[in-house]
Amino acid sequence: MIGEVGLFALVLALITASAQSTLPLWGAYTRNRRLMALASSAAVVQLGLLAMAFACLILAFVRSDFSLQVVAANSYTLQPMFYKVSSAWGQHEGSMLLWVLVLALFGAAVAVFGRNLPATFKARTLAVQGMIGVAFLAFIIFTSNPFARLYPAPFEGNGFNPLLQDPGLAFHPPMLYLGYVGFSIAYSFSVAALIEGRVDAAWARWVRPWVLASWCFLTIGITAGSLWAYYELGWGGWWFWDPVENASFMPWLIGTALLHSALVVERRHGLVNWTLLLSILTFTLSLIGTFLVRSGVLTSVHAFAVDPSRGVFILFMILAASGGALSLYAFRVSAVRNGPPFAAVSREGGILANNLLLLSATAVVFLGTFYPLIIDALTHDKISVGPPYFNLAFAPIMLCVAGLMALGPFLRWRSDSAKVASAPLKIPMGIAFVIGAGVGIFGHSLPAGLGFGFASFLTMGLAVWFVRRVRLGKVPLGQSLTLARAFPRATWGFLGAHLGFAIVMIGVTAMSAWETENVAFLREGDSVSLGNYEFTLTGTQVTQGPNFEAERLTFAVGHDGKPDGQIETERRFYPERQSFTTEAGIRPGLFSNLYVAYGESGRTDGYSVRVNYHPFAMWIWLGGFTIAGGGLISLSDRRFRVAGLHKTARQPAVLRPEVV
Amino acid sequence: MTAQRDGTVPTLPRWTGLVPVGVLMVIIAFFATGLTKDPHALPTMMVDRPMPEFELQPLDAQMPNLTNDALRGGVTLVNVFGSWCVSCVAEHPMLMELNQSGLVTIHGVDWRDEAADGKAWLDRYGNPYTSVGLDADSRLAIDLGVTGAPETFLVDADGRVRYKQIGPITPEIWQETLAPLIEKLKADAQ
Repeated sequence: MIGEVGLFALVLALITASAQSTLPLWGAYTRNRRLMALASSAAVVQLGLLAMAFACLILAFVRSDFSLQVVAANSYTLQPMFYKVSSAWGQHEGSMLLWVLVLALFGAAVAVFGRNLPATFKARTLAVQGMIGVAFLAFIIFTSNPFARLYPAPFEGNGFNPLLQDPGLAFHPPMLYLGYVGFSIAYSFSVAALIEGRVDAAWARWVRPWVLASWCFLTIGITAGSLWAYYELGWGGWWFWDPVENASFMPWLIGTALLHSALVVERRHGLVNWTLLLSILTFTLSLIGTFLVRSGVLTSVHAFAVDPSRGVFILFMILAASGGALSLYAFRVSAVRNGPPFAAVSREGGILANNLLLLSATAVVFLGTFYPLIIDALTHDKISVGPPYFNLAFAPIMLCVAGLMALGPFLRWRSDSAKVASAPLKIPMGIAFVIGAGVGIFGHSLPAGLGFGFASFLTMGLAVWFVRRVRLGKVPLGQSLTLARAFPRATWGFLGAHLGFAIVMIGVTAMSAWETENVAFLREGDSVSLGNYEFTLTGTQVTQGPNFEAERLTFAVGHDGKPDGQIETERRFYPERQSFTTEAGIRPGLFSNLYVAYGESGRTDGYSVRVNYHPFAMWIWLGGFTIAGGGLISLSDRRFRVAGLHKTARQPAVLRPEVV
Repeated sequence: MTAQRDGTVPTLPRWTGLVPVGVLMVIIAFFATGLTKDPHALPTMMVDRPMPEFELQPLDAQMPNLTNDALRGGVTLVNVFGSWCVSCVAEHPMLMELNQSGLVTIHGVDWRDEAADGKAWLDRYGNPYTSVGLDADSRLAIDLGVTGAPETFLVDADGRVRYKQIGPITPEIWQETLAPLIEKLKADAQ
């Protein structure tokens, strides 16, 4: 029964979405208020129906209803309840359902919170959002039905992929989707603006909170994914430049650019065309990411269920959604009025330069990810692109980004003098150079020197900016505090997010330059040393988990000859999937992590053990979450809450041609 | 970004609006081509090239060596197996059946194995091979570009590799791919 209710809800959602994507457009064209208002109701109803479908799927998993194919293939009666629920979105069908649910969630949110949007604009935005819904719902119903039955129903399911049975990963896909599906709103806003032929400061104020919210979720999702890879995959890496990782990283990079260019639209009404283009591109990359993950055009360590026919479907979607929007852009963009001109050296110029750098970074990742596919199509050669390419091409761009991030806040809008703006940065630059040179020489690594140098330059730049803003030392301390307290939350958000970037840079640089490793075959009582640490295998223990058997090794750690606690590392065997997972033994620290993992040795009398020393590893995730935190603080700024009320700030549209 | 005379950033000409959609079309064309290809399929460098020169020791002293000469004069299959290989056990009945049918001569390459283990394995499951060579140190396997066992090479009368089967030969693969190819090669030779 549950399955049929779920499928019925899905079909009704498709019908609702079809209505949402057509009637309001007609209503906006004919100025029919009732048809336009239909968009909001349809968006809310669509969310309700999809929530119901999703609840049915979760219920089927909770009840271990193996007459549903996806449940039989991905669940198991002995599985803990938490993972029964999370396996509802841990496979293709369920995760696509989550995808449209998030899409509908954003649509309904615009319907409910966008009360102050002009009626035609709101109707058009929701109609575009409805079109994406139609495409994805058709995709689910016709190629990936989560409610397909299995007859006869088996007595036991296959179990959920053990690697995904982890609390961190249960929340990773929802976060990621809230992020990159959320960019659909920016896309819909932009397409609606292109149809209307007008973009103004109010438009940017409507778009920016959605972009910011999506971007925060995406940041959290990517950071959490990286953390999961670190402790669960058992090889101590935190980023592999794997196609599936890149699929989420590209929308992030270009979304970051969008976040900043939308700021220029909001404040100065500049970079309007550019912002429209970035909104479309960001969502295009989200779609391309979905295509990449779901079609299996590239090999990846993430082995998802793949099916070329699904790829064809998504490819048509990209053609329609992005091709359509970009064509609209090509023909309509000249109708959109741009703001006042600005000089190359100005806040706008700085943001544009950083946008171009982020766009280049996206291009670098894109090219590296798809190069094997391009080469195969052109020459039939099979090649692979590895981390050395990405590191070499990506790192220099990020150093430039960091440098501009330090300078940017000092630039004035419209026009500035490079000399005047960079004057306060002279001392930080000197100190950063000394730090960089010191780290480079004593750490025997040029990349480390560059990374630490630029990261400290950025940090000091932010500090100097703050000190000057609150006039610290120039006025009594009390007055400085008052000034700081008067900062809008967005300012704190900006400081936090930029500081987070510096923290990530330090973590990444240190990990790439100074990570050390040792591998040894150990029997009980044997030790392996790494630097001035020594790890002695003191005990092994076999325990039984709810749906796995675990073998745990205990190591006594010695530091400089003195005992320094112990580390436990575990391997779990999941009988229903006949597979192993690693629970790496990690001793986290602010300045270094100790990491112990062991693998199959092919021998029964001992273990093949790997120990790693990871300097500044925690900074990577700490920084990632700091960036997201900055975004969230900024999101709570009251300017966003009163978005759209600044009617006075709205500029009259110059061109308002009628378009179908 | 070149600044104009008054120091402001210039606006781009109208036609540049078409660039993004053009780039997208090129990308989609590549994706569409990519979908028609299997990224897991590795190219077989050996196809249509002569078998490398080899001379493999037999599994026990009574049997003859396996050399290139064994492959001359008729269409043969060279099957790479090992006593450690689980899928080879699954494939084995099919090879026994083929050998009995007399449709094709099969030679075995016992890869990364001990002679005694390979011999015991054949004693247990039966020997479908006309001759078997031991390739303990992967000398031939590397020349052939073997990626795993079982793997089977179809060699024509001139000693050229004409097809490579990765994984076990199933009845479907035999019926649909190997048998027609062998028929054709035999017809061409006459």
